[in-house]
Amino acid sequence: MSLDTVASAQTSPDTKQPFAELGLKPDEYARIKEILNRRPTSSELAMYSVMWSEHCSYKSSKVHLKQFGEKAPHSDALLVGIGENAGVVDVGQGYAVTFKIESHNHPSFIEPYQGAATGVGGIVRDILTMGARPIAVMDPLRFGPADAPDTKRVLPGIVAGIGGYGNCLGLPNIGGEITFDQTYLGNPLVNALCVGVMRHDQIKLAKASGAGNLVVLFGAKTGGDGIGGVSVLASETFGASGPAKRPSVQVGDPFVEKVLIECSLEIFAEDLVVGIQDLGGAGLSCATSELASGGSGGMQVQLDKVPLRDPSLSPEEILMSESQERMCAIVEPKHIARFLEICAKWDVTVDVIGEVTDGDSLIITWHGEVIVDVPPRTVAHEGPVYNRPFAQPDYINIVNAQNIDVPLPKTAAEIKAAMLTIASTPNLADKSWVTSQYDKYVQGNTILAQPEDAGMVRVDETTQLGVAISTDANANWSYLNPYEGAKLALAEAARNIAVAGAKPLAVTNCLNFGSPEDPGVMWQFAETVRGLADGCLEMGLPVTGGNVSFYNQTGDVAILPTPVIGVLGVIQDVRTRTPMGIPAAGLDLYLLGETKNDLAGSEWAFLHNQRGGNSPIADLQREMKLIDFLLANNSIFKSAHDLSQGGLAATLIEATLKNNIGATITLTDAGIELLSETPSRVLIAIDPQDAAKITYPATKIGTTGGTSLTINDAEISLAELRTAHTETFPKLFG
Amino acid sequence: MRIGVVTFPGTLDDRDAARAVKYAGAEAVSLWHGDADLKGVDAVILPGGFSYGDYLRCGAISSFAPVMTEIIAQANKGMPVLGICNGFQVLCEAHLLPGALTRNHELHFLCRDQTLKIENTTSAWTTNFTKGQEIVIPLKNGEGSFQCDDETLKALEDSNRIIARYVGENPNGSRNLIAGITNERGNVVGLMPHPEHAIDSLTGPTTDGLPFFTSVLSALVGK
Repeated sequence: MSLDTVASAQTSPDTKQPFAELGLKPDEYARIKEILNRRPTSSELAMYSVMWSEHCSYKSSKVHLKQFGEKAPHSDALLVGIGENAGVVDVGQGYAVTFKIESHNHPSFIEPYQGAATGVGGIVRDILTMGARPIAVMDPLRFGPADAPDTKRVLPGIVAGIGGYGNCLGLPNIGGEITFDQTYLGNPLVNALCVGVMRHDQIKLAKASGAGNLVVLFGAKTGGDGIGGVSVLASETFGASGPAKRPSVQVGDPFVEKVLIECSLEIFAEDLVVGIQDLGGAGLSCATSELASGGSGGMQVQLDKVPLRDPSLSPEEILMSESQERMCAIVEPKHIARFLEICAKWDVTVDVIGEVTDGDSLIITWHGEVIVDVPPRTVAHEGPVYNRPFAQPDYINIVNAQNIDVPLPKTAAEIKAAMLTIASTPNLADKSWVTSQYDKYVQGNTILAQPEDAGMVRVDETTQLGVAISTDANANWSYLNPYEGAKLALAEAARNIAVAGAKPLAVTNCLNFGSPEDPGVMWQFAETVRGLADGCLEMGLPVTGGNVSFYNQTGDVAILPTPVIGVLGVIQDVRTRTPMGIPAAGLDLYLLGETKNDLAGSEWAFLHNQRGGNSPIADLQREMKLIDFLLANNSIFKSAHDLSQGGLAATLIEATLKNNIGATITLTDAGIELLSETPSRVLIAIDPQDAAKITYPATKIGTTGGTSLTINDAEISLAELRTAHTETFPKLFG
Repeated sequence: MRIGVVTFPGTLDDRDAARAVKYAGAEAVSLWHGDADLKGVDAVILPGGFSYGDYLRCGAISSFAPVMTEIIAQANKGMPVLGICNGFQVLCEAHLLPGALTRNHELHFLCRDQTLKIENTTSAWTTNFTKGQEIVIPLKNGEGSFQCDDETLKALEDSNRIIARYVGENPNGSRNLIAGITNERGNVVGLMPHPEHAIDSLTGPTTDGLPFFTSVLSALVGK
């Protein structure tokens, strides 16, 4: 087949085009024709199809996500808000921190190692693109039942992929979560978070301005990986002689990315770029249209100048390729020689592929013939917007009407059995089998890492300024009440930051849901966004960006609504951080906050196959009081540990096992006090003489010391507790 | 005292190694893989990482870097050289040390705080330890299993060239629990665990790694 140029598109208006196979609806195709005043060329069709996909355009979520802007609290900390590659927050002393979380769920199910690896690679490039040095990563994960055969396939692969890529980049992995539930069996969730740091004046944006400036592509060569739906076009173009089917999962090369990071940071340090964009989803289509759209609009690209790994690629495939480890920069002609020199130093492939023009069209040529001539905003920012129908699903009233009826431990034997169950159940068991595959030490600035409540890294070695990050989600609560579930996840993430001794500053999110075409799922999503926006406004924490992942659904079974909320905090002196583990004998243990009968959505209810009831109602005023108390009195806490999944039982297990220091606990209603998951609670250890300094509602529940965890009459040796806690993962996956 | 820290493409722990040198009281000098110029340093550290992405074999490509030609020449004249993790792999590939590092026996990357027993306190990098001293420093690698033939192993054991051994369960399948070795002269040391990550208890499990870096200063002063 011959090249489909703009000229030929004008003379052959009736050519049949495979828009449906590319995922475009008939009205979307009609809209493209209307924009262009002709049929699109096959290259233009390819660009619109990927850029107007749910993943790139947020067409189903946009109408809801705008609440994050409308309800945004006033914040002096926000330097760059939603819409750029990642939000940027002022953490003081001239430092800016950027952080973001993204999903790579579907690729990780198909090909766990590469799917997870390129998820890490993509989020790291988003952070690098802002001008920042990436300083840490985190990975919240969700899987089907721990003993399911497919979990044994995907979990080890995903963990190895995250480690294989992140370790090779030299980024400490400082936290994350692993939770198992039946609904994730065909839809595991792989969310990847990265945080980076820069000076205020180093912030870079995705914009192509200044006619005559050069468009430079650098990093890996472009290959045929990650092309996905565009293979429909490819096969049309090539007929029977071309490559048959392209793999749609990308393949990562962390070594190339590591070199690209160092090369880019050297380029940034010399201030050689006007704008920059990484190539991720939708590849060059996305990078060129977003850069042009972010600038004055005009750009000319000679597509035949793109360095290729596979010379048989068609122009459509080059535009769509999601080959990893590539960046696109806008460089003033006077800086290009130095730019090329730095790339040569790092052995990074680089080519000038075009220039910024003073027009308003993105024009792409292939050996001199124009194959794309589009207004870039229509590709990048003015895609379709859907107001999809949503309605409260029938299950809500049914499950909310159910009463939780689970046996609660009373006798010493029952308490001991319950503690060992909580210690060993996959959701709460020790995750060292996973986290020991991640490098947490590299860069030498890790202050806290998993299993601590928050990850913490030092930003400045002289002043000891640091940042803390926590990601949290409680899908069980979101299932019962998505509005409250979102607020509760936000509250928990913020609390985890404060427990470690840092002040919460800003929020990112990764919203994982089923199909938006199901009104019930869409309602869960709408309620989640409403809850998160209301919660952020109430707590004064701006949302800096995020990611939506829809279609996590197999047949009629959608995943539990899983909004993963990430909170970033700042700590002036990392030496004042509070660890979770009890550090010494002879301390008093206090439980901050009030315990109610909150078993709905709890781990204990889950263990008894009960999914009903009502989630707690988030009390963010109380949460903020608790956070204020934690921050004001940080110096008296010898340790502090959040209560969340598994309640006080799980918290006591983790706090005692960390440093192998036991505790003696006295409870009046042990069953409910151990297993209820009432939010806004923290376990602290203090010197007995500091008791009077506790000015927050608190209960003294025991003292530290010994080699056992004793609860009323139930004595459990730490050795036995440790065996139960640590043997689960090696038995399942080792 | 000036200690060079080499950066290959894919090196990760170069800044950590430089920090450890400074903590020990010396000046860290950055050396670039492509320059056969040691800038007059008194000793050299090859830090950890995944140089050249571990392509071919770990350390294989780096061992041919221009900077290595000069390091090999100086090492053979007695200059102290410490290879940590990937640096150890480079030293083996460059034949400054015998043996090879292969995939961990459980086939996973492993990052944990590891107890070691110091066996040799006469090398350029270990004089500030006491023989038999137990230390805890991070271990983190995917290919850390030390292997060599029986004859080499006997020679290493008989000539007190085992720098340190793992205590407890073998973390990676290394022969005779070997965590590090030295050459006959005692100036070149290869170590799988990471002393540069154990110089400050704020960011590492202990400060047990620091004596590796202070030892070399003592060795250089005494020269």
